[in-house]
Amino acid sequence: MKVKVLCRNPQDYLRQRTTDIHKVPRNLDPALHPLEGPREYVRALNATKLDRVFAKPFVGSLSGHTDGVYCMCKHPTKLSVLLSGSCDGEVRIWNLASRDCTWSFVGHEGFVRGLCMNQDGSLFVSVGEDKLIKQWRYPGAGESQEDYAPVATILGKSVYLGIDHHWSKPVFATCGDRVDVWDQSRSEPIRSFSWGVDSVGCLGFNPVEHNVLATCGSDRTVALYDVRTASPLRKVVLEMRSNSLAWNPTEAFNFTVANEDSNLYTFDMRRLDKALCVHSDHVMAVLGVDYSPTGREVVSGSFDKTLRIFRVDEGRCRDVYHTRRMQRIFCVRWSLDSAYVLSGSDETNIRLWKAEASRTLGKLSGREAVAREYTEKLKEKYKHHPQVRRIARHRHVPGMVYRAAKEKRLVTEAQRRKRRNIERHSKAGTVDEPSTKKKHIVSVVE
Amino acid sequence: KAPGTTQGTPVTRMQVYRPPLVWQGIGDRRLKRHLRKGEKEREQASRTAARMELLRQEVVGGLEAEGMEQTRRFRQEEIAAAVPVATAAQYFNLCLDTFGPYSVDYSRNGRCLLLGGRKGHVAVVDWRSKKLTCEFHVHETLRDVQFLHNEMMFAAAQKRYLHVYDSTGMELHCLKQHLLINSLCFLPYHFLLVSASERGSLHYLDTSTGQLVAEHKVRLGPLRCIAQNPHNAAVHLGHVNGTVSLWTPNIKTAQVKMLCHRGPVMSVAIDKEGWSMVTAGMDALVKVWDVRTFKPLHSYRSPRPALALDVSQRGLLAASCGRLVQVWRGGLRGRSEAPYLQHSLSGDGSSLQFVPFEDCLGVGHSSGVSSLIVPGAGEPNFDALELNPFESKKQRREGEVKQLLEKIPAELITLDADDISKVEQG
Repeated sequence: MKVKVLCRNPQDYLRQRTTDIHKVPRNLDPALHPLEGPREYVRALNATKLDRVFAKPFVGSLSGHTDGVYCMCKHPTKLSVLLSGSCDGEVRIWNLASRDCTWSFVGHEGFVRGLCMNQDGSLFVSVGEDKLIKQWRYPGAGESQEDYAPVATILGKSVYLGIDHHWSKPVFATCGDRVDVWDQSRSEPIRSFSWGVDSVGCLGFNPVEHNVLATCGSDRTVALYDVRTASPLRKVVLEMRSNSLAWNPTEAFNFTVANEDSNLYTFDMRRLDKALCVHSDHVMAVLGVDYSPTGREVVSGSFDKTLRIFRVDEGRCRDVYHTRRMQRIFCVRWSLDSAYVLSGSDETNIRLWKAEASRTLGKLSGREAVAREYTEKLKEKYKHHPQVRRIARHRHVPGMVYRAAKEKRLVTEAQRRKRRNIERHSKAGTVDEPSTKKKHIVSVVE
Repeated sequence: KAPGTTQGTPVTRMQVYRPPLVWQGIGDRRLKRHLRKGEKEREQASRTAARMELLRQEVVGGLEAEGMEQTRRFRQEEIAAAVPVATAAQYFNLCLDTFGPYSVDYSRNGRCLLLGGRKGHVAVVDWRSKKLTCEFHVHETLRDVQFLHNEMMFAAAQKRYLHVYDSTGMELHCLKQHLLINSLCFLPYHFLLVSASERGSLHYLDTSTGQLVAEHKVRLGPLRCIAQNPHNAAVHLGHVNGTVSLWTPNIKTAQVKMLCHRGPVMSVAIDKEGWSMVTAGMDALVKVWDVRTFKPLHSYRSPRPALALDVSQRGLLAASCGRLVQVWRGGLRGRSEAPYLQHSLSGDGSSLQFVPFEDCLGVGHSSGVSSLIVPGAGEPNFDALELNPFESKKQRREGEVKQLLEKIPAELITLDADDISKVEQG
């Protein structure tokens, strides 16, 4: 007879010394892992609950300004540097790692309306209520704050409301009663655009197509210009005015505007008649917007004292941040390592938040990283199950926001129901309900 | 396959069949891209999993007859003489004829053996080293014993009530809601102790919280015969009118009732992957059924009605018919003509169970307990993150905490185990 019986040598399965790790042989045969579906579901549910337990996004605040923080500017090459301008004319340079102010000076009389830096971070420009454009050198080590003065000052004819720097040339553009494109060395604008609007509130250069400029005007338009030509490209008229604008750093033709009607609209500049996505979760005017360096997500700060993070292709927000101490948010920024989000608000503080609320800061060990990847995938796989969705979606918001959102929901539901009733009781084809992506757009002008 | 050659788990066992996705009906480009990416990832994952088979250390056992020999004529003593000394010690007989027919149960990782004699003798023993963990007498009738999630706790169905003991023999609970229990069964991933009573009621007890999750009045007579389907955690009950019914805790009536035998059903067993069910009736037939379609596959004649049945991890079927224990190889998927192994006990067999991850079969009979060597019965390569026969105390404790955290709620038990991953159409 030929016989072979299972005979395991314990030495192959036990560790030799107490300082060794335990031996863990694996066999992925599904016969040894029954009930895979329910077990994964329970793990996904636990992972979602733990996500909410560990969701503590607030990292710290930078305080020092004596009036509301109106604008912020990121350093293009240094992650820990942030510039901020406040409503009393003070400009501060912060170190985000140690969360203290390294440099402060009075830039303007009145609001500092805009700050921008050139592409290597050696020079920055500020504009203010006092109709001045000031160019400053980024302070190096060993400089004294007493004799810190601008490199150049330009006096304009009207109040400037915003500024942005070109991504490759030594050129910047300001907006106020019209859009001016300036060269760093000249004191007269090299080009001016004015397309029938009395004031332009904000503007932004495209980070990929460097010569394209987008502006938001007070006549509810979003206009596109090419700085090489003298005439504008096209503009889209929305229902309400846009307060802020941000270009997608990875998709050259997409940009998002933050609108007064508490929505954010993402557009493809080639097709302005239809929004790519309408992000609607805020309850009051949205004042600031910025893109993540990955180009997949957007942070927005609103008058309703909350900060929301949206995915670029989704209409509802992924997360909402708020604190009792944080009042109206004027400007938001997403740090260039895509890990943090900054908000500058009315009560003189700049707050630093984690972009992913339950993420551990710092380096994860190998096993932690693997476990994290597994739980992320599980949560994504089971995210449609009602229990998992209920827990993942649950966020506490301030009472005012909750009540306003509830009312907004009731109103939109009622409107939708009435429109549907009209459609149902009319002759087929006579009533056409416009899609959400199109209905907020009034017209496109070439 | 000849024993000693490359072990026989084919690559296809790892690749779960999925019907190919149809791309035509999907207009959304983003969704199509997402699904295609998912398909590629799945394919890569199954290929990586199949490659991991290289890391498996052990090879499945086997017994082959040469020339005119027949495997069923080999006696245990001959087999024990032909295998290494350490494995030969797996064949032993415990002569315990005072306290009646014995029920046997092995812990989930195959380390500990629990014996319960009908007249009240209980012992927990590490069967490899023959070290006695605990031994005591309950001084009343003991009908069934069952380990809970690990070897630290076990349940004993005594004369009137259900008792739960610690591994040191200390009584932890006396559950008075469970009256006159005949047989027990434990669902490990749900922490549910299922007990079938003489009064015809089926109880589901959550052993982690102590809550009685469900109590079903079966109304088909006394319940004597119980088995669980490890694939979907459904409970199969065999009745005196020849039917087998399938139960889940969330539905008050039987999910399925199958007429299996002419005469009472003596024993039920289901294979580990949930493909086939084996039933033995008073009509001395052992029938194999496809449990997914509920259709009969084969039937075998046994010399006596088989009072106990078990299916091993590798698909071997063991039946104890009177004093004879018969093991059939390949008898589930296809029909096999003759038993693989046979053994004569010194008493009438009352209970049997294959030892997980070992080529060993434990049989409880009226004169004690025997352990038999059955080559090719056990799964050679275990997954230490599921069940580890070599676990240390710390690994056992941490494993217990993880099991509790991942305990599946009883509401999720359905006959279709994949139900939760499916999407309703329309």
